Amino acid sequence: MYALDSVDLEVRSGEFLTLLGPSGSGKTTLLMAIAGFNRPDAGSIRFGETEMILTPPHKREVGMVFQSYALFPHMTVAENVSFPLRLRGVGAEECASRVATALETVQLSNLGDRGIDQLSGGQRQRVALARAFVFRPRILLMDEPLSALDKKLRERMQIELKHLHEQLGVTTVYVTHDQREALTMSDRIAVINDGKLAQVDTPHAIYNHPASSFVADFIGESSMLPLICESSGRLSFENHLVATDFKAEAGSEWSLVIRPERLTVVRDEAVDPDQTIVFSGVVREFVYQGETAFALMSISDKYDLSFRFGTDASSAHNEMQPGDRVSLGLNRRDVIIIPRGADL
Amino acid sequence: MSASTSGEIEPARLNQESLRVQGAREQWMLLSLAAPAVVAVVAVIVIPVGWLFYLSFIGSDGQPTLEHYQKMIEYKSYARVFVTTFEVSILTTLLCILIGYPLAYFLAMLPPRLAGFFMLAVLLPFWTSLLVRTYAWLVLLQKNGILNDFAISVGLWENPIKLVHNMTGTLIGMAHIMLPFLVLPLYGSMRKIERDMMHAAANLGASPAQTFWKVFFPLSLSGMVAGSLIVFVLCLGFYVTPAVLGGGRVVMVATQITAILENQFDWGAASALGVVLLVATLVILVVVTRLFKLDAALFGKH
Repeated sequence: MYALDSVDLEVRSGEFLTLLGPSGSGKTTLLMAIAGFNRPDAGSIRFGETEMILTPPHKREVGMVFQSYALFPHMTVAENVSFPLRLRGVGAEECASRVATALETVQLSNLGDRGIDQLSGGQRQRVALARAFVFRPRILLMDEPLSALDKKLRERMQIELKHLHEQLGVTTVYVTHDQREALTMSDRIAVINDGKLAQVDTPHAIYNHPASSFVADFIGESSMLPLICESSGRLSFENHLVATDFKAEAGSEWSLVIRPERLTVVRDEAVDPDQTIVFSGVVREFVYQGETAFALMSISDKYDLSFRFGTDASSAHNEMQPGDRVSLGLNRRDVIIIPRGADL
Repeated sequence: MSASTSGEIEPARLNQESLRVQGAREQWMLLSLAAPAVVAVVAVIVIPVGWLFYLSFIGSDGQPTLEHYQKMIEYKSYARVFVTTFEVSILTTLLCILIGYPLAYFLAMLPPRLAGFFMLAVLLPFWTSLLVRTYAWLVLLQKNGILNDFAISVGLWENPIKLVHNMTGTLIGMAHIMLPFLVLPLYGSMRKIERDMMHAAANLGASPAQTFWKVFFPLSLSGMVAGSLIVFVLCLGFYVTPAVLGGGRVVMVATQITAILENQFDWGAASALGVVLLVATLVILVVVTRLFKLDAALFGKH
């Protein structure tokens, strides 16, 4: 049993790559291996063409933002940020100007003389960030840097980090277990599960074309329905024909992934069956959540569909009650078909 | 009817009196837990020390006098005793730091379970009687003791070296006895330093040596100051070990007090010595604590 097993990942120069996975999936282990804090049993870590696996951490030229920030409490903000520069023998004048620029970049210009214990959580986060990029590292690593912040600040920092990455252009590897954070910030997302890479792709592709039931389930909300391939190319769920020309052999097993927000309430007679698959059922549960409402609908004895819709005044569904009969339509272009996972 | 009576009381004063009584009662009950300790402290510390303080100002004729303090200034032997006391205390503290810092560092780097095992090795002597340990050193260090016999048999030196009944023996014994008092707080402060701090320093380009001196050492300083202070203050008033291993050549304040009482039965002079030692200790405590707090402000609260 390995914490990481046969992970083969290439980070492109200048890109923002997120390692996304549940806790214990090995994403932090991978980050620590890149930084040089743990020693893999075997493998290769290359920066460009240079093999780095034997290089000690202090010679890797990798900047890291720790989950705990790991700011030095016996130094001021400016001393923290200048620490990597002083170690590299940067002259006092250049050191001061680079610290000033870095603090300006993270909008902390006037706090250089503060002690670390006088800073708020968000400010500490920015100092940790400035300290990590001030020495122009080859890669910037971030280990769940926003997890200690409250929701509002976290969402603002996500956007700020994204802008900062565009501004600095530094190759960034970001670790998080928060799928929304990953979708918001990344150029590409590497989904990790059980120490293995589950999928590496752009946020759009990961959300719309998940490669496995794990990815479909972990990222975004979804309902999964089992599909049977009766004859070559034709997939169906119970009496709903889902696909007619899918590359599948008769008897093979697949799953249909339905994103709750892609469903719409339809009137049966107004539907074109070539464009829309209609599921009819009874509302089991209805939860009002502010900007959206969430409903669970039984479509058969065994299967439920989750359904999410807007709550604006014109929405027809604000009056929805458990027990109502509803028909939900899924546009055929929103159909996601994945190989059947062990969980269905 | 109940509706009308409750209607007469303003909501802001509802149950105000009962809540105040309840709060006061809880505080008194909490205070009563401390009562035995307060009584004991008053009975065995405040009263006797106050009595000694009073005696130090009473001459042999029963009249109030400052002669005991004057003697301390006039006679050089007293000054020598204080110099010896501070010399032994400072050297013991330095020895403890020299031995204890690497030891605490080693313990702090171990996984907690293993550290617990090694900590036992530090604490085991701590639980043995002080007198037993002191005499054990006497056996080890004396002229025909185990250490000299061994060193001569393997040819390290030819004639027995005088390791005991002098400053050397006193320092060896004192350092051994005081070591846990330094290691425990130091280990505690080292354990509190997050591993991420070391990682961050390395990540930013600090070699292991730089990481230690620029990050780990400053962060462990508070524990070291606290431990050193305990050791130093305990040393100032130490009696058994210097008396046994010093063999009469290392006269510290505590030894001197015993001598005055046994030889001259002069309670006044003995009390005066005690008072001076107590005041000196308190002054050092206050000064170092001030400095230490200054450090805490410099290094941030962590």
